Amino acid sequence: MRYALRRLEFFAVTLWAALTLNFILPRLMPGNPAEAMLVRFRGRVSLQAVEQMEAAFGLHPHTSIFQQYFEYLSNTAHGDLGTSLSFFPTPVGKVIMLALPWTVGLVGTATVIAFLLGTLIGMLAAWRRGGIFDALLPPTFIVVSAIPYFWIGLLLLLVFSFVLQWFPLGFGYDLTDQINLSWSFVGEVFAHGFLPALTIVVTSIGGWILTMRNTMITTLAEDYVKMARAKGLSPVRIMLNYAGRNAILPNLTGFAMSLGFVISGAIAVEIVFNYPGLGFMLLTAVNNEDFALMQGLFLLITVAVLVAILVADVVTAVLDPRTRESS
Amino acid sequence: MAVQVLTNQEVAAPEARESVLRNLAHAVARNRKALAGIALLTFFVLVAILAPLISPYDPNKLAFQQMLQPSPQHLLGTTGAGQDIFSQLIWSTRETLVLAIVAGVMATVISVIVGVTAAYLGGAWDHALNLFTDVFLVIPTLPLMIVISAYAQNHGLGVLIGVIVVTGWSYGARQLRSQALALRNREFLEAARVRGERPSYIIVFEVLPNMTSLIVAIFLGAALYSVLAAAVLQYIGLGDSSDLSWGNMLYWAQHNGALLAGSPWWVLAPGLCIAALGGAFALVNYAFDEIGNPALRPVKRS
Repeated sequence: MRYALRRLEFFAVTLWAALTLNFILPRLMPGNPAEAMLVRFRGRVSLQAVEQMEAAFGLHPHTSIFQQYFEYLSNTAHGDLGTSLSFFPTPVGKVIMLALPWTVGLVGTATVIAFLLGTLIGMLAAWRRGGIFDALLPPTFIVVSAIPYFWIGLLLLLVFSFVLQWFPLGFGYDLTDQINLSWSFVGEVFAHGFLPALTIVVTSIGGWILTMRNTMITTLAEDYVKMARAKGLSPVRIMLNYAGRNAILPNLTGFAMSLGFVISGAIAVEIVFNYPGLGFMLLTAVNNEDFALMQGLFLLITVAVLVAILVADVVTAVLDPRTRESS
Repeated sequence: MAVQVLTNQEVAAPEARESVLRNLAHAVARNRKALAGIALLTFFVLVAILAPLISPYDPNKLAFQQMLQPSPQHLLGTTGAGQDIFSQLIWSTRETLVLAIVAGVMATVISVIVGVTAAYLGGAWDHALNLFTDVFLVIPTLPLMIVISAYAQNHGLGVLIGVIVVTGWSYGARQLRSQALALRNREFLEAARVRGERPSYIIVFEVLPNMTSLIVAIFLGAALYSVLAAAVLQYIGLGDSSDLSWGNMLYWAQHNGALLAGSPWWVLAPGLCIAALGGAFALVNYAFDEIGNPALRPVKRS
């Protein structure tokens, strides 16, 4: 119970911190860029629309900062994130919903593949200390982890799209096509998503391999593993059910905590490939000084990471009897 | 960057510190990863210092034909504005290196302050500081960096460093806290408390010297993070695009469609340099970990 409460506190505080950062940032900056942008916009749209946007930002000049803060919180709680400037007059929420499935599909698939593959390789590397996996993979991935995500994307783009022309040049589907549910469209989505997904897998897998290898080395020295060996159990069973199952738990926690990093990398990858997800939209928002959209995206990405951590928490609780007993 | 490391280094008593340092030097000299990393770092430092001597041209001079292919005159060709790419590459080492070190040191200092204070004070302080650390660990860094830099409007080096430090300190703080917690109840700290030393004295003169190797490792990680974060921000145009840095070179290459225009070297060279510098930090960091934790050392099969 105590553990669950602590986690609840953590989620609430993180959410509050993200909301408050969104509120404070425009007010900390000299000259308040959001206000400046609204002034610039005043001539172009109806007064009503400007007032709506001011309300969404909580920028009514005659109210106190606390009133503005609560107004902003209540607007956000009602799902009113303001109106996007770059896609005027579509509300920010709707704009984000257009991009969300692309990112969830791409980052979700790539991250799960990277995690499973990385954990498996790390397990094998630790199991066969001094074998090929153990000797080659960790140093390789140390170097790979030092390469910017987006540059690996550029490299793959250069090799596979420009030189070999195996894959299309970017975006989520062929621009000549409409979004539909045919098999040919699914194929298109796969072809466009392959290189971005590969980039994310290549750049994030090293972390999983190293953590898994290092924890697995510790687990393999435990008495229950020696016991299992003494009983003459099959090596595969010892590796998977005895050492692996216990070593995977810290890895899972690490997985949850580092999702923020993965998302950050994925955003850069989307920008390289012009992939129509949240990251690419964030860049569009920055280039158009569309602060409402920018804040909405930041909030949504933070919430997405929190949800993923929650899922990892639940999975850990299912896998680890100790967390269940203590609750 | 999700490289999690085991850090159960053997913590030495203060009087044994000197021999620990000597052992560390020996261990570094025998570790191939450490040597490779240190050699690479030395190389980049030398290039940065000697930039005016080894760079063939003025990196900002627009004197050449645009988009030239690599040739003996221009080893990496020229940019879309007619600058020599090789000279730009050499001069850019300076900003990237300074940024990595300054932002790395600043982030490390914050990690130490938050992490060690939390562990040492314990109780409600520990709870609050730990929560604060976790929140910063989880909030996705790149979107936060993008939002802050977009609001700042001023894209100078100071803002860039500030953004990187704000988003980069939390990982180290967490590791330092757990090691400081392990140290808390050691006898020599108990002795200091009995002597009646102030907490600030104990933290600075008793706790920190015993965490030197972890602090160095955290600095290396933070420096690597700074190199990568600066590269991304500059690449998407949130740096000062008139500065000479590898990230800005990538920004201009992208802006001029270097890949489409058949100038892959404009994209490849700065990326390789970022990877090499980042790799140097990562190699030394990993080597430190191997030295500190013998269980992770490579096993020689007989």
